[in-house]
Amino acid sequence: MKRQTKMNGHTILLLITIGLFVVLYAGGCIAYGSKGFAHLQTFLNILITNAGLICVTCGLTIVMLTAGIDISVGALIAMDCMILATGMRSGMNAVVMILIVLVIGIAFGIFQGFLVGYLEIQPFIVTMAGMFFCRGMTAVICTEQVSITEQTSKLFYAWANAKINIPFGGYINNKGKYMVPYIRPSVVVALLLLLFTFIMLRHTKLGRSFYAVGGNAVSAAMMGLNVKKVKLCAYMLSSIFCSIGAVCYCLNTMAGSVSQATGLEMDAISSAVIGGTLLTGGVGNVIGSFFGVLINGTISSIVKTNGKLASSWPNILTAALLFLFIVIQSVFAMMRSRKK
Amino acid sequence: MNQKSTWSKIKGWSLFLPVMSLLLVMAVNIIHDVAIGANPLSFFMITLRQTTGNGTILYGRIIDILNRGSEVAILALGMTLVVSSSAGTDISVGSVMSLCASFCCMLLAGYGVSSTSTLAVPLAVGVLGGIGIGVICGMFNGTLVAYFHIQPMVATLILFSAARAIGLLLCNDLIVYVRNSTFGFFGSFLGVIPTPFVIAVICIVIISLLLKKTALGMYIQSVGINSKASRIAGLNSRRIIFMTYLICGLLAGIAGIVAASRITSADSNNIGLYFEMDAILAVALGGNSLGGGKFKLAGSIIGAYTIQAITTTLYALGVSSTQAPVFKAIIVILIVAIQAPPLQAYFKKRNAAKQVKGVIS
Repeated sequence: MKRQTKMNGHTILLLITIGLFVVLYAGGCIAYGSKGFAHLQTFLNILITNAGLICVTCGLTIVMLTAGIDISVGALIAMDCMILATGMRSGMNAVVMILIVLVIGIAFGIFQGFLVGYLEIQPFIVTMAGMFFCRGMTAVICTEQVSITEQTSKLFYAWANAKINIPFGGYINNKGKYMVPYIRPSVVVALLLLLFTFIMLRHTKLGRSFYAVGGNAVSAAMMGLNVKKVKLCAYMLSSIFCSIGAVCYCLNTMAGSVSQATGLEMDAISSAVIGGTLLTGGVGNVIGSFFGVLINGTISSIVKTNGKLASSWPNILTAALLFLFIVIQSVFAMMRSRKK
Repeated sequence: MNQKSTWSKIKGWSLFLPVMSLLLVMAVNIIHDVAIGANPLSFFMITLRQTTGNGTILYGRIIDILNRGSEVAILALGMTLVVSSSAGTDISVGSVMSLCASFCCMLLAGYGVSSTSTLAVPLAVGVLGGIGIGVICGMFNGTLVAYFHIQPMVATLILFSAARAIGLLLCNDLIVYVRNSTFGFFGSFLGVIPTPFVIAVICIVIISLLLKKTALGMYIQSVGINSKASRIAGLNSRRIIFMTYLICGLLAGIAGIVAASRITSADSNNIGLYFEMDAILAVALGGNSLGGGKFKLAGSIIGAYTIQAITTTLYALGVSSTQAPVFKAIIVILIVAIQAPPLQAYFKKRNAAKQVKGVIS
């Protein structure tokens, strides 16, 4: 019985997140419908621009479930993009470069996971050092912006410009031409990864052990789980997902530079928190994180469509939403503890 | 035998790690100076120099470190208290610094003015206004952490992203220049000594007196070790946690004013960028556990100046400012890995085995 009420509390939070997204989006449609906000393409554009962020948030949700944190993701994306860009500039094949980036992601994740899991160093310090390391390495590789053009890699360029048309929801633009809504391949990758994470967290042994370790590491250990290994896996997955996200991100920006993706880790954390994942671990859902990303994307899309608001408004609005959400979460938690 | 016990006494000293790392950085400097054929002690040389504006000032690498590291030292003071009482970090201090600097410069220049040499309001009003905003930010964080029971990192994440953005709004997305020598005072020299260092020393003295002469220091530690037990013992845990965040915000405000005064402008995008990381790092380098409880203020301060010493050393070695973080990361990992409990346990076990062997033979 007790467990049921607890589950209900989290479901309500998830529903609030989804409801808020719907309200925000509907509000945007009503206010800026004349500027084309109501078209399906606007929604798809949010997905396209945030494909990388979706991948990163999936990984970060896993880490947060184990009561950890990974703030190295933004810098890791910058390093991966730089490796991709410089590698392709020197004539390497795009597929090989992507594989290299993934391997680097795995190695980096294992190292961070080892430090957190086996040496028991605080995750914040480890991943902060990881962040410094990646940001610095990006500058060591190249301090200038390296862009990927059609000349450097035909294959990568083709991927970046590939359109996957969607058979419904098109509109006729003011020149009388029918516009077919489309998504980019990166969106497919991100959504597949989301599905994979969802199934893994729900139905596999590893997925359930993330919840167990985050909920209470001591009792998880008593149950016979290898807590150290589970933690290592969480950080490894986070870095792999982040590397996949980096490829998606690079497909959007088509460049590598030192200042790329600064503050992305905070976007990902705030998305996960808005989605109902607790930093104390054990509670959370990757679907909530996905809607968190969408809410962030909708806010910046609305501000962009308005065109008159200062560039700092998305930050302030996201922060205000975050404030709202954590206060709701804490009120829920207080109500629950009072019931007991 | 006697020597060994002295060594272990030194090793057991609470400030062993921060002092060791500082000495190590100095050693690297000396080796580098010897290698390039310069005076081996040039790192420690302090000379008097004439400047065009201020007259005579002290000059030298150590002075530079003490000058540049002061903001992080001020922030580290507040961060130590926050970490100790709530077992979490305040990641908003860098952004709050930027907001305080922007608000102060906006008051001094008047809203919408991007460059001025005459002050719109008295200097004290601007400075106190900036610090006041810092206190308000600290109270906001403190309320969320202490009264709403939100994890410190999430609670401070709000101001981390909002404060800098609000600062930009206050300045109309511009860099506000206050070209006035009275405002520049906080970032220049007081006589021959750098003013930021003097401000840092004043902050350190006041905070340590507050902690030593009143029971606040002990209260903070007891709340950090076990907040429930402290409450049962009659302490108002919530108010104490709230107080530490308030102090942290206040100190962030002071650091913001110093940073703005140094460049006599409010560069909202760059003031205090990554300073929260440096401040947290200073606390960890100082041998304080990020899990809360007991703390050593002196350790954090030494940690803050050690970070600046590392940065200055790297620049002296010819590493560019964008590449320096790589070395910083490696140093951080090495230092915290040495402190890691599993490794410590391993070393202890090996030492014990050695001693047993010695006794047997």
